Parts: sequence; structure tokens; C-alpha cells
Amino acid sequence: MGQLVALDTLIHTRQVWQGRAASLPGSSESTGWPTLDAALPTGGWPDHALTEILLPLDGIGELQLVLPTLARMTQAARNVMVIAPPYVPCVAGWEARGVVMSNVDIVQAGARDVMWAAEQCLRSGSCAAVLAWPAQADERALRRLQLAADTGRALAFVFRDHRHAVQASPAALRLELESHPAPRVRIRKCRGGNPPAQAVPLAAGWS
Amino acid sequence: MLWACILLPQLALDGVLRRRPPSEEPLVLVSGPAQQRVVHAANTSARAAGLYRGQRLAAAQAMLHCFAMLEYDAGDEMYWHRLLAAWAYRYSAEVGLFAHAVVLEVSRSLGLFGPWPTFEAQLRGDLAALGFRHRIALAPTPQAAYVLAGVENGIAVMTPSALRGALSPISVTHARLPGGAADALSSMGIRTLGQLLSMPRAGLQRRFGSELVLQLDRLIGEQPSQMDSYRPPDAFEQRMEWTHEIEHVEALMFPLRRLTGDLATYLAGRDGGVQRFELVLEHRSLPPTRVPVGMLAAARDAALLFDCARGRLERQALPQPVVAMQLLAPDLPPFVPAGRDLFDARPAHAMPLDQLRERLRSRLGEHAVQRLHRTVDPRPERAQTSALHIKEAPTPETRRRPSWLLDTPLPLRGPPPEILAGPERIETGWWDGGDLRRDYYVVRTAQGQCAWVYCAPGEQGAWMLHGWFA
Repeated sequence: MGQLVALDTLIHTRQVWQGRAASLPGSSESTGWPTLDAALPTGGWPDHALTEILLPLDGIGELQLVLPTLARMTQAARNVMVIAPPYVPCVAGWEARGVVMSNVDIVQAGARDVMWAAEQCLRSGSCAAVLAWPAQADERALRRLQLAADTGRALAFVFRDHRHAVQASPAALRLELESHPAPRVRIRKCRGGNPPAQAVPLAAGWS
Repeated sequence: MLWACILLPQLALDGVLRRRPPSEEPLVLVSGPAQQRVVHAANTSARAAGLYRGQRLAAAQAMLHCFAMLEYDAGDEMYWHRLLAAWAYRYSAEVGLFAHAVVLEVSRSLGLFGPWPTFEAQLRGDLAALGFRHRIALAPTPQAAYVLAGVENGIAVMTPSALRGALSPISVTHARLPGGAADALSSMGIRTLGQLLSMPRAGLQRRFGSELVLQLDRLIGEQPSQMDSYRPPDAFEQRMEWTHEIEHVEALMFPLRRLTGDLATYLAGRDGGVQRFELVLEHRSLPPTRVPVGMLAAARDAALLFDCARGRLERQALPQPVVAMQLLAPDLPPFVPAGRDLFDARPAHAMPLDQLRERLRSRLGEHAVQRLHRTVDPRPERAQTSALHIKEAPTPETRRRPSWLLDTPLPLRGPPPEILAGPERIETGWWDGGDLRRDYYVVRTAQGQCAWVYCAPGEQGAWMLHGWFA
């Protein structure tokens, strides 16, 4: 046995690397939900990146999740694109949550053009956020969106059915919404940290 | 006053060349009666083979066995002349036309576009992009600039005192003197302008008439110049035709880029914009295909115009090969440039939002990009619209509304829902036949969705789904 060295002295002489992760830069876009912000490693939406939102059903709070962000953006006269939404956005309902509808463009696109339109919008650099409802999207298409979001410095939100949860995804953040027994959101993947095990409760659309 | 003269030595040929994809093939323009065809102009590779202007066509064919030949068209040349005048009009309010040349008054433009070397480089850059060979000279009078441009490319005479010195060594044969004066003067032993200017005017007038003296006075600025000054017309029309037939839409892109580029040039000179224009594709026997191109707002950026036109054209099926294409823009509304904030946080290479919307529209359809606003109508189906002529409701909606709306209400399936709020009765529309009587409720379905549903008044059953509180 060699000479015993106290752990403290090793640490103090800085010969042992302790493997502490570098702290992430904080997000510049809060989600508007304090509980969700607290659960995310960047404290908000990942900057200039793709967020994938998985839903079991339509109309269980997917807009609740993003409307506070859209309201903040449109009030600052930044533009938001809504591509191929499954229903018509109700102006009165969106305005009641603070969205300025004159800064929201609604794009009707066929199933084959949704990803193209989303990529164009993201890449253009003139949109703050792009929301898209693709009927089919493979990993390559999502990766293109992720790159386009980075190029155009915009937030991308893709809404998909929750059966896609088993597929690998290049999205920086994956959220899965649950409606039963109470509306809540589960973080499936988040860049820069381990996803928390607990689901984050969300207020219902009618509250 | 300072005048810049842009001499266009090969106007007709450049006009033809810029319409064709770039190639090394020898090409000549021919003119003259059928018995005595002569070469009117020849491109670089034809000149390298020994062809020159004024050569008999038979002689040219003997020297070079294979070259492309086109009829010289004076009308076409005049068209390009006027297009360049329109281009020059964006740099100066006083633009004049001389034979094969455009003159523009620049003393006031220098303050805006920078000192003459910078300004000259800009003019040359524009002309090179448009595809016209040119010679430029600057002088205090338009006539002098015209003469100097013919003699030395790039010369600039800034002051009237230096003008006489610059003109003196020029041969009288190059001085663009009226009639046969140049020949007569050379045979009298007067070979340069310097000699001519120092001669007594009275004697010159007696021998050559008042026209020569007047011309000399205009040259050195003792008399004002007379010329056709240019005024821009109020519509744009341009046609391109080819000797071959174009079968595929992709092959139309090169001429289309030229057409839209010319339109943008013209619009910039006129300080106008264009909101809708039309592409007319002509076929050999069928009636022409018309492709209307409309934009959301007046625009004049060359890239934007090309993008819009390309999107429309790419979706066009050609019934027959195309032999000619025409761009018609009869209506040119004023153009208001979009202001950009000095402290705009968007990335520097950002594409303007309008251009993005046009790009989406050109691929996805005219009505694919919409903005919705609320109307004063209380009926949920008509409470919002994208139509611009319906005016926006002035006051905010105070009643609770969902965030998703169904285009057409559907029966709500599944077990009976739990009622969260309601009823809200909407009973209106008697004035236009769209009469409705409904009780609206907010319900929660068995799957946990919050829905906006309605039923017949007082029933609380047979729910029709009209929206989601998503």
C-alpha cells in the first residue's frame, strides 16, 4: 500500500476532475407556465430549436401550452406562422389569451407541402415561431426543421400524434400531453438534462 | 451642369444577345434589301472570324461557313434604347436620347450617388448586369459628352474651362458635325476641332450655313442643346421570341429572369411598383396561355418578382411548345417601401416577411396564406373572416370562446359529456336568411377534452361539436 492521501487534499490541489456539467445558458423564451419552466433544464423553450408536442387527442390543451408564448411574441410585433392547423383558429379565443391576430399568418397546405412550408418559414428568419401539424413526418424531415430553426433563429413547434412517441426524434424538446385523469404534460426528452420523472400539471383549456 | 453620355455601340446586337442563353456561337444581324444583304452587326466570335459591319453577306458566308443570322429590327433597337433611358431616369430627372446614346444630367445626382468615379462604377455595374456594352464620358455639355464618349471611354471633363482643351485634339471626322461638313473641312486642311473652334464664326457660317456654327456653340456650351428628353410611359410591356420552340417550363426560367429583371429596372426608374402582371405564352397554333401573377402588395424587387412569376409558371401545364413570351403590366401602383426598424433583432440575412408570404402563396395557392380578424357578426360561423373588405370589430369579445373552431359543426360522439358552463343562447341572423337559434354549452368529454357544443334551445342533448378549448 502506498501513502494514503486524504480526499480533501486531492480536491484542493485540483488534480481530480469532478465532472460537473457546464451550466446551460438560460432560455430567452419562457413558456409562460412557471411550473413547466422550472422543470425544463433551460428554464424555457430551447432557443432556436424544434419542440415536438405529442397528443393523444385533439383539443386537450395543446394550444394552452403555446398561447402564452405566442401572445408575448405577437405583442412585440414578431410574426407567427400557423401551418396546416387541424381546425380553424378562433380569433376571439386567441385574442382573449392576448394574441395579436394581425401578426399571425395561417397557411393552408396539403399533406405533402406542410414540411416544405414550415422549413421555408423557419429558414426565412422573419418569423418568431412556426407551428405545424404535419400528417406524416420522418426523422429526416424533422431534422431539416431543427436545422432550419437554428438558421432562422426561430422556435419551431410540431404537433403529432402520441403514437410517434416510440420513434426517435431530433427535436430538442419532446413533450407529451395527457388528458386523463387531469391535464398534464410529461417531458419525454430535453436537451441539456435528464427529463424529470414527474409530469407537470397544466390548467385545462376551460379554467 | 454636368452631362454623362452613355454610348451604346452595339445596342441592337446586345438586345438580341441578352435574350439568348450565353453561347460562343457566331451570330450576325443582317439588314438591307434582299439582293444586297449586308452584315449590320457581328458578335465577338463572328468578329474574330473576320466578319465586320457593312460587309456583304455573300462575303461573310465565304469566310465563315456556319453562323446564326438574324434580321436587324430597328423597332427592337428603339425599344432597348427607351428601356435604357428608363433605367437612366432613376439616376437623373433629365435624360436625353441621342442616336445610339443616352445622356443624363448628373451634377445633382452626384450628391446622392457619390463622387463621379463611384457613380460611374455604379452605372457600369448596372449596364453590365443588364448585358449592354457601353462607353461612358462626362462633360459640361451633352454634345461634348457625346463626342468624347465616341473618342475615349471613361474620360471625365469636370469644368467648362477644361472643355476646350479636351476637345481640341479630336479629329473633325469624329466630332459628329452635321451633313458633309467633316469631309469638306478635312479637304480644306482643318483636321482637328481645336483648329475649327479657333476659326472666325462669320466665315464658317458663310461657307457651311448656320447649322455648323450652332453645333459648335452647343459643343462648347454657348448655346443650349436640343434633344429628345425622355419621359417614362405608364405601362410596361415586353416580348421575347425565340427561333426555336421551348417545350419545358424549366427552359423558360432564363428568359423569365430577364423579363422580370427588366420590369424591376423599369419600376425603380419610375419609382413605382407592380401588384399584378400577366405572362402571355404564345404557341404556334393554339391561343396563347395567360398566366396572371398577383401579389399581396405592390413590389419592385427583381428577386421577389422572379420568385412570384416562377412559382406561378412552374405549376402551368404547357398545351404546346412556346415560341414567344410576353410580360404585360398595365397597372403600376405607387410603391411604398416597407420600413425596417434600426434595432430590428432579426438576423441580417432574413428574408422580408412579404417575400416569404409570396413564396408560400406561389406554391400553395392564392388563398393559402391568410390573416383572420373578428367581425361584428355574433354568429360563430361569421364572427371571423380573412376578407379584407369586411371591417374589423372595434371592441374585444367578452364572452368565452374556444381556441379551435370547426368549419362545419359535427355531432359529438361518445358518452354524455359533463356540462361545465352554459347555456349561452345565440338567436340571430333573421336579416340575411342565415337564421339560427342555438344554446351553446362548454362540456368536458369522457376523454378529458373541453368542447364548445350547442343544441336546440332548451334540450341539453343531441350535442353538436363546434369548437375545442384546446
